[in-house]
Amino acid sequence: MSTFYQLEFERPLTELEQQIAAAEAARREGASPRPVPAFGGVSEAAVAEPPADLDELRTRRDELIVQLYSRLSPWDTVRVARHPNRPQTRDYIARFCRDFCELHGDRRFGDDPAIVTGFGRIGSIKCLIVGHQKGRNTNEKLACHFGCAHPEGYRKALAKMKLAEKFALPIVTLVDTPGAYPGLGAEQRGQAEAIAVNLREMSVLKTPIVSVIIGEGGSGGALGIAVADRVAMLQHAWYSVISPEGCAAILWKQANEQTNKSAASALKLTAADNLELGIIDAVIPEPPGGAHRDPALAASNLERWIVQQLIELRDLNPDVLVEQRYARFRRMGRHEVRA
Amino acid sequence: MTQLANRSWSDVRPQRRSAIPEGLWMRCPGCAQMVYRRQMEANLHVCPECSHHFRISASERVSQLADPGSFQPMFTELAPGDPLGFRDLKAYSERLLSEQLRTGQTDAALAGVAFVKGRQAMLCCLDLTFMMGSMGSVVGEVVTRSIETATERNLPLVIVSCSGGARMQESGLSLMQMAKTSAALARLDRAGGLFISVLTDPTTGGVTASFAMLGDVILAEPHALIGFAGPRVIQQTIRQELPPGFQRSEFLLTSGIIDRVVSRHDLRSEIARIIDYAGK
Ligand SMILES: [Zn+2]
Repeated sequence: MSTFYQLEFERPLTELEQQIAAAEAARREGASPRPVPAFGGVSEAAVAEPPADLDELRTRRDELIVQLYSRLSPWDTVRVARHPNRPQTRDYIARFCRDFCELHGDRRFGDDPAIVTGFGRIGSIKCLIVGHQKGRNTNEKLACHFGCAHPEGYRKALAKMKLAEKFALPIVTLVDTPGAYPGLGAEQRGQAEAIAVNLREMSVLKTPIVSVIIGEGGSGGALGIAVADRVAMLQHAWYSVISPEGCAAILWKQANEQTNKSAASALKLTAADNLELGIIDAVIPEPPGGAHRDPALAASNLERWIVQQLIELRDLNPDVLVEQRYARFRRMGRHEVRA
Repeated sequence: MTQLANRSWSDVRPQRRSAIPEGLWMRCPGCAQMVYRRQMEANLHVCPECSHHFRISASERVSQLADPGSFQPMFTELAPGDPLGFRDLKAYSERLLSEQLRTGQTDAALAGVAFVKGRQAMLCCLDLTFMMGSMGSVVGEVVTRSIETATERNLPLVIVSCSGGARMQESGLSLMQMAKTSAALARLDRAGGLFISVLTDPTTGGVTASFAMLGDVILAEPHALIGFAGPRVIQQTIRQELPPGFQRSEFLLTSGIIDRVVSRHDLRSEIARIIDYAGK
């Protein structure tokens, strides 16, 4: 696994991983057939033996990873959630589905690549999958605006979700966005209206909806596809009303390493915090060291949880389902009552 | 102005402290003229020279819209807590307390049943003078209960919005108010209820991206800033100057996002005739 992208809190890992890389290189050389020296003189003994402590180094590394990830600060969590190797919606779809049938366009303005929609099977259950896509390479990132969707993205999502309702398919949404795109066209085409309509319409769709925040859950742009019967977060995802940087810039008057850190803590944005606040129903564990270290295991954890919810929700009467979904969001918030 | 006759200064008195600085004379940000404060206030807080609409508190709004003595406040027992124990440069609990002492209100929404030109309606006004009208648990709850009351009693619903967006100090709980209010509006909609959304300066963020944009009819006061993202955030993102008038009411009207731009002097009669047209 590539480690070129070093997270600040992973610094203690660097030395270990360098040692491991060196040891692995030495072992590879030792195992490969060596050309016979033209001028003799080099004995067989010169071929390096694999260092005896490679396994031990690996064990130490694995233990350190577990240790580091067991005490991530909220700000560290945000960075893990943004890790460039972290699996995205299309990665999960590729692992879940052999026969994903992507559906494009909002029939109004265009096809926003920042939100992917289509039919697919998760487990063996047919469903509609909707998810933010941030983009993997530079071109895709630019096309996806780094996962910041435009109104046409939210409208595409709703159009396909209504299709799912029509054909009695459950809906699975994967949330991964820093926020809805703030731009001229987005405002002119009604970004706020597009999100608002999704919130209203998702609340009454007569088909099961399951949402998972897989990376970043940035504000209304995240919620715009997350009004669901069951909502979970991957262990190192974040979900909040605003990004730590945005919050720091406003409430701390400036965004820097220190204020971002403070804002991230104050916002209670981790999976554990959101569970505590009753905003989500479950936290899906990630592989040791985060989803980016073992995307296959992350996908299988995610799949298992989704399938379980879909099975539980499958037999509910659609009217009861909608009633329960209303109740779920109706009780959100905490206030006091004064005499 | 003949509309002045419709004004009422009845049950809810204007706040002593408003968004407007004290003084007998004041400079209008619209035309830069010195205007006589009393004259401006008597003109529904609209500049007599250039029609600039000054920002007003929720109680002032109610007194302008409701028939004299008709407003019956509701949900006043709801008060904010500090569910996250939030602290930035100042603790949220302290911020709340000083806002409450300053404004005499518990939070940023004022709701109740009222008559508007003789038509009974559920009226809910956000208050910019309290933490920029931001929506936390209490504002979300007051808005939701207003929607539910309108649904149950088959009353037309009028919400006057002005807000900086969702309240950061309640984080995810504030975010959830967007879903809560929008879901309540789905039920009002399915029940055939009428929702008139009135947007005033400024309406941004999570309030715009939830109930404010879900009106059956959406009205806006002239030149109000209305948008999802704030102009500064947009400018930082796209790194270019924003066109003049961008995100103002008139821009939204030509973009097809709102139904009408309505002067404050005409708001009562506009609301009344829409209620009549909808047969409510
Ligand atoms: Zn003026």
